Amino acid sequence: MSERRFILITGRTMKQGRSIHLGKEAKEFLDEISTLQMNPKDIEALKLQDGGQVQLKTPHGSTVVKLKKGDIPEGLVFIAYGGFINALVGPDTQGTGMPNTKGIEVEVERYG
Amino acid sequence: MAESVAAKGLTVVEGVTCPFCGVTCDDLEVHVVDGKIKEVKNACVLGKDTFLHHLEGWATPRIRGKPATVDECIDAAAEILAKAKYPLIYGLDSTELNAQRKAIELADLIGANIDHTSSVCHAPSLQAVQTVGISSCTVGEVKNRADLIIFWGCNPAEAHPRHPSRYSVTAKGLFTPKGKKDRMVINVDVRPTPTTRMADAFIQIKPNSDYEVFSALRAMLKGHELDQAEVGGVAIDEWKTLLDKMKSSKFGILYWGMGLTMSRGKYLNIVALLTLTQELNRFTKFLAAPMRGHGNVVGMAQVLTWQTGYPFAVNMSRGYPRFNPGEYSVADLLAHGEVDAALIIAGDAIGNFPAKMAEHLMSIPMIAVDPKESETTKVATVVIPTAQAGIAAGGMAYRMDHIPLVMKKVVDSPYPSDHEVLERIFAKVSAMKNGGNGAPASAGRVRG
Amino acid sequence: MGRSLKIVGGEVYDPANGINGAVKEICIEDGKIVDSCKSPAEVIDATNLVVMPGGVDIHTHIGSSAVNAARGFRPEDHRHAVFAKKPGIRSGVGFTVPSTFATGYLYTKMGYTTVMEAANAPIGVRHTHEELLDIPIVDKGLYILMGNNEFILKYLKAGEMEKVKRYVAWLLRSLKGYGIKLVNPGGVEQWKYGKDVEGLDDKVYYFDVTPRQILKALSWVNESLGLPHSIHLHANRLGIPNNYLTTLETMQTLEGSRLHMAHLQFHSYGGENWGGFCSKAPEVAEYINAHPHVTTDIGQVVFGDATTVTADGPWQYRLYKLSKNKWYNADIEVETGCGIVPYTYREKSYVNAIQWAIGLELFLLIRDPWRVFLSTDHPNGGPFIFYPWIIKLLMDKEFRAEMMKRVHKRVLSDTSLPNLDREYTLSEIAIITRAGPARALGLKHKGHLGVGADADITIYPKDSDREQMFEHPAYVLKDGEIVLREGEIVDSRLGKTLFVVPPDVGEMDPEFKAEFENFYTIEYENFPIDIQDIPNREAIPAGATR
Repeated sequence: MSERRFILITGRTMKQGRSIHLGKEAKEFLDEISTLQMNPKDIEALKLQDGGQVQLKTPHGSTVVKLKKGDIPEGLVFIAYGGFINALVGPDTQGTGMPNTKGIEVEVERYG
Repeated sequence: MAESVAAKGLTVVEGVTCPFCGVTCDDLEVHVVDGKIKEVKNACVLGKDTFLHHLEGWATPRIRGKPATVDECIDAAAEILAKAKYPLIYGLDSTELNAQRKAIELADLIGANIDHTSSVCHAPSLQAVQTVGISSCTVGEVKNRADLIIFWGCNPAEAHPRHPSRYSVTAKGLFTPKGKKDRMVINVDVRPTPTTRMADAFIQIKPNSDYEVFSALRAMLKGHELDQAEVGGVAIDEWKTLLDKMKSSKFGILYWGMGLTMSRGKYLNIVALLTLTQELNRFTKFLAAPMRGHGNVVGMAQVLTWQTGYPFAVNMSRGYPRFNPGEYSVADLLAHGEVDAALIIAGDAIGNFPAKMAEHLMSIPMIAVDPKESETTKVATVVIPTAQAGIAAGGMAYRMDHIPLVMKKVVDSPYPSDHEVLERIFAKVSAMKNGGNGAPASAGRVRG
Repeated sequence: MGRSLKIVGGEVYDPANGINGAVKEICIEDGKIVDSCKSPAEVIDATNLVVMPGGVDIHTHIGSSAVNAARGFRPEDHRHAVFAKKPGIRSGVGFTVPSTFATGYLYTKMGYTTVMEAANAPIGVRHTHEELLDIPIVDKGLYILMGNNEFILKYLKAGEMEKVKRYVAWLLRSLKGYGIKLVNPGGVEQWKYGKDVEGLDDKVYYFDVTPRQILKALSWVNESLGLPHSIHLHANRLGIPNNYLTTLETMQTLEGSRLHMAHLQFHSYGGENWGGFCSKAPEVAEYINAHPHVTTDIGQVVFGDATTVTADGPWQYRLYKLSKNKWYNADIEVETGCGIVPYTYREKSYVNAIQWAIGLELFLLIRDPWRVFLSTDHPNGGPFIFYPWIIKLLMDKEFRAEMMKRVHKRVLSDTSLPNLDREYTLSEIAIITRAGPARALGLKHKGHLGVGADADITIYPKDSDREQMFEHPAYVLKDGEIVLREGEIVDSRLGKTLFVVPPDVGEMDPEFKAEFENFYTIEYENFPIDIQDIPNREAIPAGATR
């Protein structure tokens, strides 16, 4: 099992925006916000599986998400806004009021 | 304003304002049959969903998980707030002006902290503007004049779907009759997004490097030669080319988003961007604007500013408004475990907050006022469902460029509006605190 | 309402009705001044007190998209003044750009009861109305910016004057505004190219019309619609050395028609450049003395912090470069723009000191108090809370002389101020702060204490320190109710929004709707304001005789 550091980018997606309206319990919404996109080269290098599960870890917490290959630069991973990233983001705002929600370092390792 | 009854039971409401994102389209056509929304024309898919799924996922009134009447919930909410020593009022982005006014009045009454979604969205942008100012414009100026549009750290294709067609990329205006052919679109981001596809050029920048990049651009604008070969993972020559395009445009605009507010540097990223765009005015007409979103978040910042002087992170606990981002921001109040009760209105706090903040929120009496179930309503002490603003309750809202528009009520709701609920909570809290008199003279107006 | 009240024993200053200090009883019933009360009346003993109509501010920036942008822009300024909540009183903040509740209370505490919000972009008027609803007590109206409106420029380019008239009427009717405002006509449209106009005959790009044409057209429209107030003009070249020439030329262009020149002080400068900056107040005052078509408010400078907020985008860009302070700019589609720059007027800066002197020179040299009104162009020249200080400067030449010794010495050597001995009388103050503005606005029920007037009344102590006097009214009445007593607001009811009803001059052409939606980014149907959104209001019909 290997782990590596990535920069986590979070953001809105069309799917995430659409599925909000189904009530945040709905499967479509949960699927979208629990899917992590990674560059295929990185997936291969880490011997991960497209469609498999990975664990994301920061000093603040960890979460298990589904992995999907995507058009994203190497060294970066992307996940849509929603509850799954909340465990990873710390409360410190460096006195600015804004938590570090983008561009944070995460460890990614295979789960299960 | 125009309504027409075309067929049995059908009402067509024209000129409807969408409450979902900051583009605030006001040209929606909503078809209502027997009191239910059946079709929505002109909206993007997010707007359509907002209206068509209006009936799904409704919150139900309850106290500590047990069903209760709305009246009982209002009583319970008032008791919590009247007793609180350091309460928080939060949310308020997906509602209308009169509800927002009432929330501020309530904060004044109980000496609360009052903050809203801007705090975890574009507050750094607002702080940056407070620091250096901004050279900006309304979207119609972009439509009519812009020959260069830069989307930096934002993804309108997914977050503001009709912005490109209504206001920017393909919009045809007075001096841009050919639409897209009259302009150049550049996208700068850490990864390609659907917005990249509508751009003429894409610059992929390293995460957390925007501050250096803007500083480098400023230096080059002033005529300095830089020593390094690259900044932000991009060759200096590529930045020089971008700068030349900016200088030689007739009317350029740079739109920015969360890519700059949420990453390292926060408001300083935007200070650098704003200063650059101000300085470009020595060469040409150049502007910048934030891609504000989340429904009527701009409206909350507007009314909070005119009533308290400050756009977010306001504290009333000394009897007058105080402002201190990083101290009275919702993130810090919750992270430091300072508040002892919370009223969350029309905004999913728990679903969007870092875990430690959400933890604190779940450990104190919390009232959720919302049309829909959410992570917040799931764990709230009191849940009060309301009529969804912009659909089942009308009122005023603001577009991302500060233009005010009216949201219509297109269907009825069995539940009261946010405004009505807040009015009733206010009246009860006021009675508990003042023995029934001395309620501040309200300036809020009831709108249908 | 319906309350009956008598003010007894006070020295009444009601210059509109020729009363200048006589002891006279004032009777009030149902919110109006009456001959005598039908019901038993509460009595206010005003012995040894001065009774005046409530103050009328003809030009101030207190609530609009631009003002709110300025408010949000100045958190550091707000800390200089905080206002704690009290029973019936909302909390607030602010020194140069106070929050809305504080604004209403502060004006009331000075004895002002009617204020005119001076600059509003049509597409933002909805915002203005809502913000005004949160300014308690005082009655309010708003002027609508039209001097750079692209529809007007378009119709002017085609020579279609009737269309301009119909369009202006449509704007006023749809938006419930009070009057026509022009700011740097032509210049703000040029600012959309990063430029300005230099003179009255410069052509605006694309539309090819000149400031002179815009001035004449809107003046003609204003009079032909019979609007109660004249056009309200912030002239071209504000703030720039030697702009007095443009000011004179502007007033000459509109001879024969009514004209209100806003914040005249900022338009009375001489000198080829900043080094040669000097006062041309005597020349400007001389013109005004000889030409009764002009009214003016001064825009007096007050030393200390200010926030400049104006639609004059190109001027604000210049001020940003000059002052190196932070700069907020927002160009508004089709209509106008807005620029905001914090600024501090310093006693020892020769430019600021001469600006200060120019305002006073204008006050003292313009002989007819019915045509010169008190303002600071709040918050551009300084906060409105300093009106009492200005009154003292006008009434007390020794106080003025002391001030002149403190400021930069070029005021003594380079302006006519040291030689001006005139002291305003209480009657003249009543004119420049109440009766005159009300008359210029065409507000027949304001600014006087005759039968039928709104019972907006201020009762001041007689204090030889005029600043103290005007800062501490003993009573303020609004619509016949006591709203201030012993320095405290006792009733914070909402005042009225005043708006004109233009005559019916015909509808816009059928193709206007499509043109509107071509230019703008909102639906034509969503533009007009529903009268129900202004719950407390008073319509002033146009065409009423003055």
